[in-house]
Amino acid sequence: MTLGLDLFTVLAVSAGCLFFIAGTVGLLRFPDTLTRLHALTKADNLGLGLVVLGLLPQSAGMLGALKLVCVWLIAQVSSAVVSQVIAGAIRDKGHES
Amino acid sequence: MSPATIFDIGLAVLVLGVAAWTILVRDTFAAVVSFVVYGLLVALVWVRLSAVDVALTEAAIGSGVTGMLLLGAAARLRPAEAGATPPSALICASAAGLCTLIAMGLAATTLILPDPAPTLAPAAMAGLPASGLGNPVTGVLFVYRALDTLLEKVVLVLALVGVWSLAADEEWGGTPEISATRQPDGILTFLAQLLPPVGIVLAIYMFWVGADHPGGAFQGGALLTAMWLLVLMAGVRTAPATGLVALRLVIVAGPVIFLAIGFAGFAWADGFLSYPAGYAKPLIVIAEAALTLSIGVTLGLLALGPRRCMASAPPPSWASGCSASSPARSCYAKFWPSM
Repeated sequence: MTLGLDLFTVLAVSAGCLFFIAGTVGLLRFPDTLTRLHALTKADNLGLGLVVLGLLPQSAGMLGALKLVCVWLIAQVSSAVVSQVIAGAIRDKGHES
Repeated sequence: MSPATIFDIGLAVLVLGVAAWTILVRDTFAAVVSFVVYGLLVALVWVRLSAVDVALTEAAIGSGVTGMLLLGAAARLRPAEAGATPPSALICASAAGLCTLIAMGLAATTLILPDPAPTLAPAAMAGLPASGLGNPVTGVLFVYRALDTLLEKVVLVLALVGVWSLAADEEWGGTPEISATRQPDGILTFLAQLLPPVGIVLAIYMFWVGADHPGGAFQGGALLTAMWLLVLMAGVRTAPATGLVALRLVIVAGPVIFLAIGFAGFAWADGFLSYPAGYAKPLIVIAEAALTLSIGVTLGLLALGPRRCMASAPPPSWASGCSASSPARSCYAKFWPSM
């Protein structure tokens, strides 16, 4: 049982790291701000989500697990809002760089 | 090498790289963003050194609030920056030389420490149970070195008075401006209505848990500041006038209550800032609660800055030598004519 949970943690966190790497590559390589934002949200939402999901079986009790989920939710909300604000600023100024 | 060592080496290289980038990058805005990243990485270094209290403070104050202040400064400097001449090679070289000297001095001091380094940690831990606190950092801040902590809070209030003093005479006591565009359906308004309840609960938790675990007044206060600034930037509420008596009472409440507890030490214990046996923890929690609110408001007002001159208002008397085209630049030239 423990082995199974550990295996799940390794798989989920590795998958999460993969999304973070993909997001970073996108941030560095994509041509304009909007596509770079798109790359970042993948790292924030899916990457962090998978890392948190993987860490849930390792957390100390229900409270620890709840804190981890809260971290993900708050990061989720702030990343979504920041992307919207940046994208809105680009649209208002009418140029991309 | 263990994975932890590899991580630490990678972290150290990253911190040095970001530090170098912060210095070398020409654009002020990029340098500030880089400084914020640097602060967050240094916070990770503190976590690796098991100094979670310091890490929280570094992330909240060193990176968050300072980053906000620097961003404001960069935005205000922008008009003056375009025509400014870069500092001469001599100034650059002297600054670099002095910084290198200080860094080398610090490194040498750290390296010549005997192993194990002299420490008061066991003595501090031995005295901690008498205070009823569980977190040694809070013990140092509010029991052993309470005077330092008290003076630190007073300095914060003095800094705010200093910032306010930069406003012109006729603007004294006015409302700080903040470029908020109120959009009732905007995403920022949504966040400013959704996040503050969560943030305020977290701030209270951080201050409350500080007695026994990492956390405390400064970290909680910085979180309150973040929530307040979010609400102001979204335009959900307007900033208060700095002349408001209630606002000024909140600003001084923390230091005054702490000072009152300190003076009461003469009556109920051995002297200034000493607590009666058995009542240390409740008194510290009372002082910290007031300080959290005071710090939150003070940091927020520091970030908002003084009330700026209106475009239509006549220029303040100290700026009479300024031309209308580039006020900041010519003021600068007025005070330092040789540069």
